[in-house]
Amino acid sequence: MASSQVNPTRMELTKQKKKLVTATKGHKLLKDKRDELMRQFLDLVRENMSLRQKVEAGIQAANKNFVVAKAGMSEETLHTALMAPKQEVYLETDKKNVMSVDIPVFEYKTRTADENDIYSYGFAFTSSDLDDAVKSLADVLPEMLKLAETEKACQLMAAEIEKTRRRVNALEHVIIPQARANIKYITMKLDENERSTQIRLMKVKDMMLEEAHHYKEKQAAYEAE
Amino acid sequence: MYKIAVVGAYDSIYGFATLGLDTFPVSNAQDGERVLKMLGGGEYAVIYITEALAAELAHEISKYREQVLPAVIQIPGVSGNTGAGVESVKKSVEQAVGSDIIFGGQQ
Repeated sequence: MASSQVNPTRMELTKQKKKLVTATKGHKLLKDKRDELMRQFLDLVRENMSLRQKVEAGIQAANKNFVVAKAGMSEETLHTALMAPKQEVYLETDKKNVMSVDIPVFEYKTRTADENDIYSYGFAFTSSDLDDAVKSLADVLPEMLKLAETEKACQLMAAEIEKTRRRVNALEHVIIPQARANIKYITMKLDENERSTQIRLMKVKDMMLEEAHHYKEKQAAYEAE
Repeated sequence: MYKIAVVGAYDSIYGFATLGLDTFPVSNAQDGERVLKMLGGGEYAVIYITEALAAELAHEISKYREQVLPAVIQIPGVSGNTGAGVESVKKSVEQAVGSDIIFGGQQ
């Protein structure tokens, strides 16, 4: 590991140890977050898919009905009939927090009290096919809104999961091993320093004793006798 | 209070007007881009866009993916279902899991 950039000091060692503790704790929390997000995401995305299939089928059926309606009337009549819509849909949005991801919650309101007030034309000049077409589209609308909600939630959660996964991986494979290597390096270096200091002291002590008592001269004299 | 917009070719979206959604008929990608930018301003919480138009504006739409609002949702147009909507759901799975393990075999 590239641990050469750290100073082998006690202060740095404490710092690295603290970093390791924080990183380990963070790693555990982020991992839990990722797992929970993933669990919720998988449920949500299944719902999203089934809603989408339902909505797509519904819209396709409605489109077919509109084509039939268009075939039975002149284009001008059709345009006139649909020109001035009676109804208006408003959305109240709220936010729901799922594992720190803000996902929107939609609640829709119609301008007139009666939700079924959707026929913006007199019935005299239009075919009944148009009524069917409009009705079939109106029936899909609540599911379309539900789809918008879930699909947005899925997109946001997917982005958050990706981010969290990267963080978990970075902690697991880079930050934590690096901190461990640094700690090991500093401990070794400090131990090494301590040993070398001890040896130096022992040498100095030897030299000082020699100077005070002249052991070597005495030894030589004793051997000469 | 937000509104709902529908963008696409006129034939695909005129029906939505009767339900009270705001329709924005566009005939080409440039118009579509302009309209989409205008709608992204904050007045609309949900923008339904036909798959045919969305295919040409993929870059613009991907900008809205990570924003909370608006939700840009693809719907099939009158000419049929291209499967792009389902594809975008699969893309979410791929982004989150790494590979599409749920709908991989499905059409």
